Amino acid sequence: MVPSSTRSRPAVAAMAAAIAALVGAAIVFAQSQPGKTFGVGRPPTPEEIRELGAAVAPDGTGLPPGSGTVTAGRELFAAQCARCHGPKGEGDVGPVLVGGRGTLRTPRPLKTVGSFWPYATTLWDYINRAMPFDQPGRLTPPEVYAAVAYVLNLNGIIAADGVMDNTSLPKVRMPNRDGFVADPRPDIKPVAPKP
Amino acid sequence: MNKKRSRRELLRMGAVAGGSLLAARDGLAAEADARKLGIPLGPYGERSPFETATRWTRVSKTPETGSSFTPIQNSVGALTPSSLHYERHHSGIPAIDPAQHRLIIHGMVHRPLSLSMDDIRRLPSMTRTLVLECGGNSGGEWIAPGAADAQRGYGLVSGSEWTGVPLAALLAEAGVRPGATWVIAEGADACRMMRSIPIAKAMDNSLLAYGQNGEAIRPSQGYPLRLINPGWEGNTNVKWLRSLRLTDQPYMARDETAKYSDLMPDGTARIFTYAMEAKSVITFPSGGQTLPGPGEFELTGLAWSGRGRIDRVEITVDGGARWVAAKLQEPRLPVALTRFRLAWRFDGRESIIGSRAIDETGYTQPTRDALVAVRGTNSIYHYNGIKFWKVRADGAVVNT
Repeated sequence: MVPSSTRSRPAVAAMAAAIAALVGAAIVFAQSQPGKTFGVGRPPTPEEIRELGAAVAPDGTGLPPGSGTVTAGRELFAAQCARCHGPKGEGDVGPVLVGGRGTLRTPRPLKTVGSFWPYATTLWDYINRAMPFDQPGRLTPPEVYAAVAYVLNLNGIIAADGVMDNTSLPKVRMPNRDGFVADPRPDIKPVAPKP
Repeated sequence: MNKKRSRRELLRMGAVAGGSLLAARDGLAAEADARKLGIPLGPYGERSPFETATRWTRVSKTPETGSSFTPIQNSVGALTPSSLHYERHHSGIPAIDPAQHRLIIHGMVHRPLSLSMDDIRRLPSMTRTLVLECGGNSGGEWIAPGAADAQRGYGLVSGSEWTGVPLAALLAEAGVRPGATWVIAEGADACRMMRSIPIAKAMDNSLLAYGQNGEAIRPSQGYPLRLINPGWEGNTNVKWLRSLRLTDQPYMARDETAKYSDLMPDGTARIFTYAMEAKSVITFPSGGQTLPGPGEFELTGLAWSGRGRIDRVEITVDGGARWVAAKLQEPRLPVALTRFRLAWRFDGRESIIGSRAIDETGYTQPTRDALVAVRGTNSIYHYNGIKFWKVRADGAVVNT
């Protein structure tokens, strides 16, 4: 296999398309099966769908209405996030959220939202589903937009007067957006082993 | 303790001490004591109080998130008791009443479905024996091969028999719409852990499991329902499964971008590195154990591959100069723990022992040097380098 250092860096969307192409045959096969069904289950109720909550794709699919500013996010972060992540996202019990740009190829990489995460939508999705750590699910959509805005601003990705909503958030281009490559394994040739 | 002891007490003490004092004093003329009855039978079995192997958990400021490691150095055979199966949780173990639990299949399907556990149990089921390994197992070995023992270094791997319904059957039930290429799986844990699974895997061999090792899946393993993706890193095997969303794109979840992606020396990170490649570890003798002295021993360990059957396991006892084939326990099941064994004479001289697995694709487990030469030391996940232990002249087994 080609060492990763000489690989091109296909966009993740292109990789996803490649995987989809590889699996196309399997899908066509499955879809062409004369659907034997068992008649189990029932349609989900609106309440069940609502209870599932949001799941957000990189193109913004799934983002709810609402918006949040950096300013509102600063206040929210101080009240609900700083106890674990530090007042400026410098990390404590919770991981570091800020900094690390330019460290990914060094011996001590610092992977943060700013240095590593490829999509801002992931930040919204994760805060919404999993934060605060001990009370996940309690934040409202505007609060999640605000928290996202503040963390992006701390990383210098959006301006201090930035507003995040379901239109602006998917357009945010993260610094490490093109930093991900497809899995090339198996990538190691057998060599005579020694301890 | 001045109280005069009964003869029975003295006998018991003598037995515990292994002493023959009392027997010698009483001589052969001693009247035989009747054997004591054992405890009555009961509704639920416990292991012997003399068996003390437990999972090891790294100290965490947030005990709801973390890992516990299977004591593989104490295991025999190729199954892990459910009670000792490794754990990796992100927000604790939810308490779920199966009568209330539902799996929602939605998104790009013709017939969105809400399924109860009873619905799922009605469907044609199957059973598979599989290895499950955390993507981060042995991750510490990237920086330095420093694991003190097999459990702490290699214990994020376990073997179970899983029973459930092929995911393909349920997707057929819901009717996948053209253009759907991904399944977004989500758990009912507090953090609603989510992963994106290519639909080809779902159609190939993913399982919705409700049974493990002959009983309901334990709460720590996803009760009442978990996704099983044979051969893929543990994190994709979403526990407490509550939602399957058919989509035309991966959702780039935190646990497939920020985590469970493999950072390379050039600063890029590999994403969607699902498969666990062939790997093995000698569990006896292994770090922390001590051989009583020179003599004959059975060297043994576990091998597995996420890509199929183990074809061969080779052992060295001289630091890699010579390799001999170990005996593999049959039947060798694909994507399952495979026990290997080799008769070995410890001659009282320092020995460097190690194992390498070769799977049915022809892939050979690499050395740590070969891995590091390509991937550097910061990729955290998917470490599968050959593990060497040093058996010192005095019989103590340590890291090399």
